[in-house]
Amino acid sequence: MKAYISVFKLRLTYGLQYRTAALAGVATQFFWGFIIIMVFEAFYSGTVTDPPITLKQLITYVWLQQAFLAFIMLWFRDNELFQLITSGNIAYELCRPSGLYGLWYAKLLAQRLSSALLRSLPILAVALLLPEPYRLPLPADPAAFIMFVLALLLGLFLIVSLSMLMYISVFVTLSPAGSLLMFGVIGEFLAGMVIPVPLMPDWLQSIVYVLPFRWTADFPFRVYSGHIGTGEALIGIAIQIVWLALLITIGKLAMARVLRNVVVNGG
Amino acid sequence: MIIVKGLSKAYQVAKRSPGVKEAMKALFKREYKVVEALNDISFTIEPGEIVGYIGPNGAGKSTTIKVMSGILVPDVGTCTVMGFTPWKDRVQYVKHIGVVFGQRSQLWWDVPVIDSFELLRDIYKVPEQEYQSTLALLTETLELQEIIHMPVRQLSLGQRMRCEIAASLLHSPSVLFLDEPTIGLDAVSKIAVRRFIRTINEEKGVTVILTTHDMNDIEALANRIILIGKGKLLYDGSLSAIRSQFGTLKTMTVVYSHHAEPLKVEGAVIESWTTERAVLSVDTAQTVISEVLISLSQQVEILDVAIDTLPIEDMIIQLYKEHQL
Amino acid sequence: MKLYGKYIEILFKSQMQYRTSFWLLAFGQFLIPFSVFAGLYFMFERFGQIKGWEFSEVALCFSIIHMSYALSECFARGFDSFSALVGNGDFDRFLVRPRSTVLQVLGSKFEFSRVGKLVQSIIVLGWAVSQQLADWTMLKGLVLLFMIVSGVFIFTGIFILAATMCFWTVQGLEIANIFTDGGREMAQYPLNIYQKWVTRFFTFIIPFGCVNYLPLLYLLDKTTGNPLPYMLAPIAGILFIVPCLLVWHVGVRHYRSTGS
Repeated sequence: MKAYISVFKLRLTYGLQYRTAALAGVATQFFWGFIIIMVFEAFYSGTVTDPPITLKQLITYVWLQQAFLAFIMLWFRDNELFQLITSGNIAYELCRPSGLYGLWYAKLLAQRLSSALLRSLPILAVALLLPEPYRLPLPADPAAFIMFVLALLLGLFLIVSLSMLMYISVFVTLSPAGSLLMFGVIGEFLAGMVIPVPLMPDWLQSIVYVLPFRWTADFPFRVYSGHIGTGEALIGIAIQIVWLALLITIGKLAMARVLRNVVVNGG
Repeated sequence: MIIVKGLSKAYQVAKRSPGVKEAMKALFKREYKVVEALNDISFTIEPGEIVGYIGPNGAGKSTTIKVMSGILVPDVGTCTVMGFTPWKDRVQYVKHIGVVFGQRSQLWWDVPVIDSFELLRDIYKVPEQEYQSTLALLTETLELQEIIHMPVRQLSLGQRMRCEIAASLLHSPSVLFLDEPTIGLDAVSKIAVRRFIRTINEEKGVTVILTTHDMNDIEALANRIILIGKGKLLYDGSLSAIRSQFGTLKTMTVVYSHHAEPLKVEGAVIESWTTERAVLSVDTAQTVISEVLISLSQQVEILDVAIDTLPIEDMIIQLYKEHQL
Repeated sequence: MKLYGKYIEILFKSQMQYRTSFWLLAFGQFLIPFSVFAGLYFMFERFGQIKGWEFSEVALCFSIIHMSYALSECFARGFDSFSALVGNGDFDRFLVRPRSTVLQVLGSKFEFSRVGKLVQSIIVLGWAVSQQLADWTMLKGLVLLFMIVSGVFIFTGIFILAATMCFWTVQGLEIANIFTDGGREMAQYPLNIYQKWVTRFFTFIIPFGCVNYLPLLYLLDKTTGNPLPYMLAPIAGILFIVPCLLVWHVGVRHYRSTGS
């Protein structure tokens, strides 16, 4: 456990060094958020039928998306891990006494946390104070807020489990960029990053609901805005836990398998 | 050819301290310190010279090379190379110089060497005829025939370095700056590279300035060395002058039949000692060798004696020590 | 110019060494704008229109800006990934060569896999044009081409500005995304759907509006009065690169005096 914590700490310190980067990130995400909201606003201004999600809920969705981008982006590249795998320097890592899966998991988790730590709080703070109609509203009720925090954290663990699978696949393909790019683009679309899930056509929604991706972003954000009620949220959190257990099991098995191959091939 | 006068340059470096707490602090306040990379450096280099530019890591070697090749502008001081001020009229000036950075490549990794050469020909606008004759000469002296059609990524380090040097000479420069040209090479490649540098210096009269940590490079090539440390010029002169400065320092290896007690010799320092063998260092300016021998023969039965001059490597270490580097 | 062609040739050869990886990457690049376009389609399926603009009209707008972006990402990639060039010291080498730094940086990298993005936007463009939104003439075709070219100039200009920042700090480069990714994202819709301040900023400071929205009005016969200013608006995009180049030279001078 101690090893995981120090990997975690190291990453965090590293991430904190880049304050200008964080500031730039905040600015970028604000701008981005405004553009998206304005586009939605324009769409909503001319509509005659009631859309399945209100503009207010949508604005909440967008700001939370921007604030927690580091938690929900599927493709958060760690070049160090990457080179480790492709260059065959993996041998060093294999000499470490701790489990590789856990170590990398901690590393990726810390990377996302350190990036979010510097960005989400300022974005949330400012978004809560923006003039209407752009203001981020407070959570629907205290229960919804607690559910949201729980769902968001589980979502974070989920996304790291998913990206672990991507890194493990690099062992097999060795030339990562292309296939991972595809996986990332499709996964993010299915998580509701391009357009929110409730606005997708029904046939697509039914696909999205059986896949793990939406549980990382779409679900917690809608819990916050009250679009998903408390009762439904509880069931959702249970489903998140099931997914998490499943993905980690698959990840560990796959890791053990590829590492065996690495050892056999002599790196 | 090259006149450097009073060159100085300082950098600002951000301080970083370890720990999460310090990292948090650095978010709001950052401390800087000033590092003097060059401090009042002056020297003159004549056409056709080969000059070894040496000093420990971080002494300012690379900074000087960068100033002389027009990459960096110094804070104070002047530098004239063939009548040009390197950092002004950059485009006109750099046509006349070649630069090899030993740790980096200027060749395109995935294509055959010859493709890189042709691109360089276009970059330097070398006329076709001139290019062909230079290429032929370089191919022959560097023995590139076999490797010139291979992609760079398939070359060994030694082969690649030969190509790097050739690439820097395609436009027939009058001055060649070599920044650690033999770094990481095996003994055979090192010798090949040195021989070639000598050849182009002698046959084409190219002035060569090279930095290196390998004193054998210096011994094989440079008639003159410039030593810098902590940004200051410490020594500028011939290698033989250093030799005669330290030439009085001798290492004496004595082999004798079994002797259990430690030796005591007036005027010599015992570097290592066993019951059968001892290594002593003697400064012949202070102690006469024969006296040492007499003293030794009174204590042990000498079987063999070898007296060596200090290797050039150790002389440089002595020099560094003298200047507390 | 001949040298630029030579750079393209040698880098094309290099990238063709890794064919499979190239095609995979190109396909991934195809998917990126495709997913955005799919999102656009679903939005129109639900809402029908955006402030009076039809789907096919927005598709035209979308394809033009994405094409410019794909082209600049391919040909100005050297500036886009400039931080690496400074970081590993390769920029020093450019300074010891008798050619302009701009040309050498441009020539240092081409990202041909962006052809995937380009193909995607060509398909969308073809479809949008076939929707008979307006009477197409030779002149309109030329204006369309002009819009794409001048879009490339704007994106390249922003890449140059971002690259110049590398001379001072490699942090904070993300801010440039506001103007590249953000600019592209924003300009894929007609500019008048946004608030006034956004419209003004992207017309007068970074002239995306001039290369996309204004001439688009001409293409779709939505102008009132003399169409000439609308046709010539993309000039602003080409002029945009001039201050960017000036800033670049200031940056190079700074680099040479600090060596950071």
